[in-house]
Amino acid sequence: MPAYLLKRLISLIFTIAGIAVVTFFISLVVPLDPLAAIAGPQAPQETVERLRVLYGFDQPLYVQFGHYVSRLSEGNLGMSFQTGRPVLDDIIQFFPATLELATIALIISIVSGITLGVFSAVYRNSWIDHFARVFSLIGVSMPVFWLGLVLMLIFYFKLDWLPEPGRLDIMLIEPERVTGFLLMDSLIAQDWEVFYDALMHLILPGSVLGLFGLAGIARIVRSSMLDVLSQEYVKTARIKGLAEHLVIVRHALRNALVPTVTVIGLTYGGLLEGSVLTETIFSWPGLGRYLTTAFLTLDLNAIVGGTMLVAMSYSLVNLVVDLLYAYLNPKISLDGEGSLS
Amino acid sequence: MTETVPSLIPKSEPIDYSSTNNESQPLLTIRDLRVHFYTLRGTVYALEGVNLDVQKEETMGIVGETGCGKSITARAVLRLIDPPGKIVSGTVEFDGQELLNLHPKEMRRIRGKRISMIMQEPRMSLNPVIRVGNQVAETLLIHESDLSPSAARKKAEEMLQSVGIPDAGKMSKRYPHELSGGMAQRVMIAMMLVTRPKLLIADEPTSALDVTIQAQIIDLMNDLVHELQSSVMMISHDLGVVAETCDRVAVMYAGSVVEQGRVEDVLHNPRHPYTKGLLRTLPDNASENEDLYSIKGNVPSLFMPQQQCRFAPRCEFSQERCFQEIPGSYQVGNNHSAACFLHENGI
Repeated sequence: MPAYLLKRLISLIFTIAGIAVVTFFISLVVPLDPLAAIAGPQAPQETVERLRVLYGFDQPLYVQFGHYVSRLSEGNLGMSFQTGRPVLDDIIQFFPATLELATIALIISIVSGITLGVFSAVYRNSWIDHFARVFSLIGVSMPVFWLGLVLMLIFYFKLDWLPEPGRLDIMLIEPERVTGFLLMDSLIAQDWEVFYDALMHLILPGSVLGLFGLAGIARIVRSSMLDVLSQEYVKTARIKGLAEHLVIVRHALRNALVPTVTVIGLTYGGLLEGSVLTETIFSWPGLGRYLTTAFLTLDLNAIVGGTMLVAMSYSLVNLVVDLLYAYLNPKISLDGEGSLS
Repeated sequence: MTETVPSLIPKSEPIDYSSTNNESQPLLTIRDLRVHFYTLRGTVYALEGVNLDVQKEETMGIVGETGCGKSITARAVLRLIDPPGKIVSGTVEFDGQELLNLHPKEMRRIRGKRISMIMQEPRMSLNPVIRVGNQVAETLLIHESDLSPSAARKKAEEMLQSVGIPDAGKMSKRYPHELSGGMAQRVMIAMMLVTRPKLLIADEPTSALDVTIQAQIIDLMNDLVHELQSSVMMISHDLGVVAETCDRVAVMYAGSVVEQGRVEDVLHNPRHPYTKGLLRTLPDNASENEDLYSIKGNVPSLFMPQQQCRFAPRCEFSQERCFQEIPGSYQVGNNHSAACFLHENGI
């Protein structure tokens, strides 16, 4: 196991290096001049040229690439054109909000997806099954911006059950920043009012984002549960005299989770990127919104930094998925022959 | 016109299963058990009035070809018929207790504790993601609530040892895919006998195993069952296994028991035409130059409810009556009965 982990982490470094190279060259072929975007539409040509020298875009390509690589190897992602701060600082500021939202959304989609999937498999072709199918169809096919607005209209504007967009009530003071996750920071500061308020703020955007992942999870749980429930070992569990809910949870669901974990990993990656729209609608000060602005203003360093972060999260999530997969499925050994890598 | 000659032998009445005439109460009494499957293509009349007894401490064999209802009978005893199947009527009395109208919670206390079952494919019957020791311990934990998990695991290990698994402590931490078929079947036996059940149903326990291992598994099962003084319902299509291990045997055809009796009687002196045919199909009974015998015709469709003797269309001895009535079970010897009008006049 530790050997496997080391192997995977080393390969992760290569993956990231590869991504860095690819993003560098992609940023070169963008058919727009980022400097013109910084300087503004009315700027004279010499201002643009001065900026070009300032940012080193006048150098030959291999020199630019050399600078880029040496900069990255020091962990320097460069300056953001839009905020005028190092990109890394921006990421550290904005990423936790996104991560918090995506995690809540993932929890919502896992819990509801597995529940729906299990119930629709156990009560196959009943009204529960049909309801789950329609519900997850709505989940995938409703545009996030529309659903977000409608839910906000109902639960915030009309019913006033849930708070306004944003992470926290403006009258509340954010607790001291330790992790950047409001829920955790407020727990550390033992500020229950902030914790409750932050949680309430998470419900709507978390559900809208979570609904996106729910459908895929519910579908794979349903189909693998149906497969597992007809297996002989499920009959064995009943013969042993086990109560039906335990047969389902202890014997069937554990087996059905093996294929589900893969889908959950993909969903989490999707949630991290897919938060862009949700964050925009719910005024969520996260990385999605930061990156949207970066794309719109051609803030190259921010785009490259954000891309690398998303790619890195994907790789890490994949690693976790593979570890979980091996944990759930004893037929897979990570160190021996026929391992996953 | 032929005059009806009054028979010298008094006509014997079909055995009236509703009266309790037996000297000792059997452990398991199945009466008129009917199981139907409500499929989209129509109703399958899978069991049409099965009558069967399993005495205390006896091994009862059930033989018959694929689809005759052997396994369904076994599953019906445990009330584990999967939908769209349903137990329509009948009684299953176990140790003086009627099982078919028992509360599901009470029924669960019987399963695994007093009636256990071993299945055909041992490696498919073990949960692939749970260590085998824990699977054995689980049976104990379900039925003995005052047992601690560690004590159950300890007992499970002892049980694994007594079914002949070497290095039981280490093996109990293995997963099913790491075991051979024979080992897995030993685990299965351990799992099902660890609670010392009174009745063990063995549904073709050796069919999926290597021939070399079959005998070992059969011997092991017999030894353990004798030790526990339990009864066995041995489902098999291997007449050799039945002849060797069973005290009595029931022959099933198309959803009902056609002949029932002591193994030596049924196998050496078969009385029902189907049993006779079945025994003739065995290769050992054919002389060298003779083609292998097969019963002519096909197994009848089970989509129709039984209204006649279901074997009649294939039977050499069938009379008009066989197509109009369902034959009752007639005594053809001591503790030996056959469901055929040929024996209406007794032995």
